Amino acid sequence: MDRLGEIIREKGASTALIIGVFVFWELFCLMAGISDILLPRPSQIIKALIQYWPAIWPHTWQTLYTTIVGFGIGVVIGLLLGILIGSSKLAYDTAYPLLVGFSSIPKVAVVPILVIWFGVGWLPPVLTAFVISFFPIVVNVATGLATIEPETEDVLKALGASRMDIMTKVGIPRSLPYLFGALKVSITLAYVGSVIGEQNASNLGLGNLITRASADFNVPLIFAALIVLAILGVFLVAIVDLVESRMTGWAKRSQLGNA
Amino acid sequence: MNAILTDIRPGETAPAATFIEFEQASITYGRGPKAVQALAPTSLKIAEGDFVALVGPSGCGKSTILKMVGELLKPSTGHVFVAGREIGATPIRIGMAYQNPTLLPWLNIRDNVMLPLKIVPPFRQHYRAKRKGEYRDRVEALLAQVGLGGFGDKYPWQLSGGMMQRANLCRALIHDPDLLLLDEPFGALDQFTREELWAIMQDLWLSKKLTVLLVTHDLKEAAYLADRICVMSARPGRILDDSPVALARPRTIDMTFEPDFVALNQRLRAMIVGARGGTGIVNHAPGAA
Repeated sequence: MDRLGEIIREKGASTALIIGVFVFWELFCLMAGISDILLPRPSQIIKALIQYWPAIWPHTWQTLYTTIVGFGIGVVIGLLLGILIGSSKLAYDTAYPLLVGFSSIPKVAVVPILVIWFGVGWLPPVLTAFVISFFPIVVNVATGLATIEPETEDVLKALGASRMDIMTKVGIPRSLPYLFGALKVSITLAYVGSVIGEQNASNLGLGNLITRASADFNVPLIFAALIVLAILGVFLVAIVDLVESRMTGWAKRSQLGNA
Repeated sequence: MNAILTDIRPGETAPAATFIEFEQASITYGRGPKAVQALAPTSLKIAEGDFVALVGPSGCGKSTILKMVGELLKPSTGHVFVAGREIGATPIRIGMAYQNPTLLPWLNIRDNVMLPLKIVPPFRQHYRAKRKGEYRDRVEALLAQVGLGGFGDKYPWQLSGGMMQRANLCRALIHDPDLLLLDEPFGALDQFTREELWAIMQDLWLSKKLTVLLVTHDLKEAAYLADRICVMSARPGRILDDSPVALARPRTIDMTFEPDFVALNQRLRAMIVGARGGTGIVNHAPGAA
């Protein structure tokens, strides 16, 4: 119970801010007399959320599924590429410009190509999520591996350690905080990617629901979908945070220790 | 194959034989007009069980010599021999410690010190079987020897700089190396901690009788710890002077105030000031060598 109280106190301010924003929004719309076609009040959004829940629910699952699959592929490919590129300076210097060039393409622009290749359906959003999310992982993992302190490397090499030894015993554990830093960015990017993909190239998912709702000028439904997206996004980042704190707590603690 | 090779401990047949020999070994970085010679052709012999200190101005190639012995750098010209054969031909066990303790922050002190046992044969072959028994005891014993008994479960960030450096020394010694390479290991510590660690280092050396090559800026440290001191010139480095240190062991901090010790320090200091090109700030600088 004490712990619960502590959490409530810790989260009190941020909860109050969130409630405050919604209360302000409600009052502002009421007093300014803003129509729900322009900006619906939170109470109307909640009403829409309840009303359309049976329709929203399957799309929510679809979006979550798309994001997780795209992100999952992004993590696997990103890790492999990151390890490959980070394992040698030559590979790092060679591949880096290409990767930067690739990453600077706005991924929305890629969606039409995916539609041409794979047709409209669940696959283009998954691929958009993957394409948009793997790059930060590659760069961070590669950087984590490529920036092992030269002294540490010398000490290990003097012991006769092979490249593989250095990689598995120092490189990979050391790049975990970099990886998790990237995962937090990547999960939100994957999420953006899947919604963009759904809006442009799918008949399923919250992105598609928003596209259709806007065609009907059903603004409360759009906002209801946005609220679901926000909650889902927070939930996904929270999961990555939790895993991160379990696996790389040493990085935060050792920084505190050095301070 | 490995077991056979590593069982041959150099010098067992001929005590105090030359263990490491530099024959006109030089290091040049870069090529063409931009090439910089870091180390002029240098010859140096280090006997089994010797404690040799390399001192000299910054950038004189002291660390370069260390790295050649550790097989981290290949000589541009000349040769480096270990136990009478070209370096690399005879596998020897090397331990290395830098000024930066480079302990891995995700491992506790015990696991950090145990790291070489995961890498160096023949220990690595038995690592899984022995890490909770024999190896653990071995680590604890060594930690106790340097005054870190009971700290095995702590993480590096929970330790002071001096304690981390002790753990660093343990890591460099846990696999019973034939050769210990130290690159300014105590450079970042305060004077009292440094003096404490000199005593610990001396005890370790006296108990293990291994060959040590120490690079340092601290002349007092060199004279306290070493049997021989090699003074190097500014870049391109070469060895200007090679003097034995004729002070009895075990040495103590009190000895560092005795006339012999002070005289040795002054002589070394004059030589290094000369090697730097004599800035004239120091009264007894004899001018450029």
